[in-house]
Amino acid sequence: MRIVVQEQPFDLGAEANAFAAGDDANGAIVTFTGVVRDLASGDLDVMEIEHYPGMTERALTKIAQEAQERWSLGDVLVIHRHGRLAPGDRIMMVATAARHRKDAFEAAEYLMDYLKSRAPFWKKEITSSGAEWVDAKDEDEDALTRW
Amino acid sequence: MDVLYFAWVRERIGLPKERIETEAATVSDLVAELSAREDRYAAAFEDLSALRVALDQELSDFDAPLAGVREVAFFPPMTGG
Repeated sequence: MRIVVQEQPFDLGAEANAFAAGDDANGAIVTFTGVVRDLASGDLDVMEIEHYPGMTERALTKIAQEAQERWSLGDVLVIHRHGRLAPGDRIMMVATAARHRKDAFEAAEYLMDYLKSRAPFWKKEITSSGAEWVDAKDEDEDALTRW
Repeated sequence: MDVLYFAWVRERIGLPKERIETEAATVSDLVAELSAREDRYAAAFEDLSALRVALDQELSDFDAPLAGVREVAFFPPMTGG
């Protein structure tokens, strides 16, 4: 398991390649990448991501450990950035490796669902007309009930 | 203990972190004590349903006891991913 919290960009291709090269027993590799989405108006200048150093790493590790307990996984990778990002920038990625694809897909979805509302990150959207904190969505909290 | 604030809670109170000497027994007692201090605290803690709390970097709740806790953090619901 590898958990990375960093300000600088990550190389999606290099990370995915290194992760996939881990172990021949893994027949399935799933990767998900989160990207800074522009507002419908096209006005987003900066997405600022604040986090709680220390708790962030602990929370991500706990979520990844829970995924490993629930599914038969060969490996888990979580990378999440913080700081100032622009539309189109990659915010985060998760990767899961398993013998079979069902475990890899489900575990990746579980990681994403928990990471959205249980890892201490907060997003702020900055446009030319001001800055606004992104509200948590009820549907993100509801998504946890299916697990 | 250290008290940390994040996102709009940090902005509303005007600082990211402070050291507090308190006899508060629970998180709610600490919130009441801080809210009584100054308007900016009262404004930040006005609606507890819009806030989350972590004790020593683990999510907790407002009824939780503070005995032995070294770090309390207040923040809005998280928006990772």
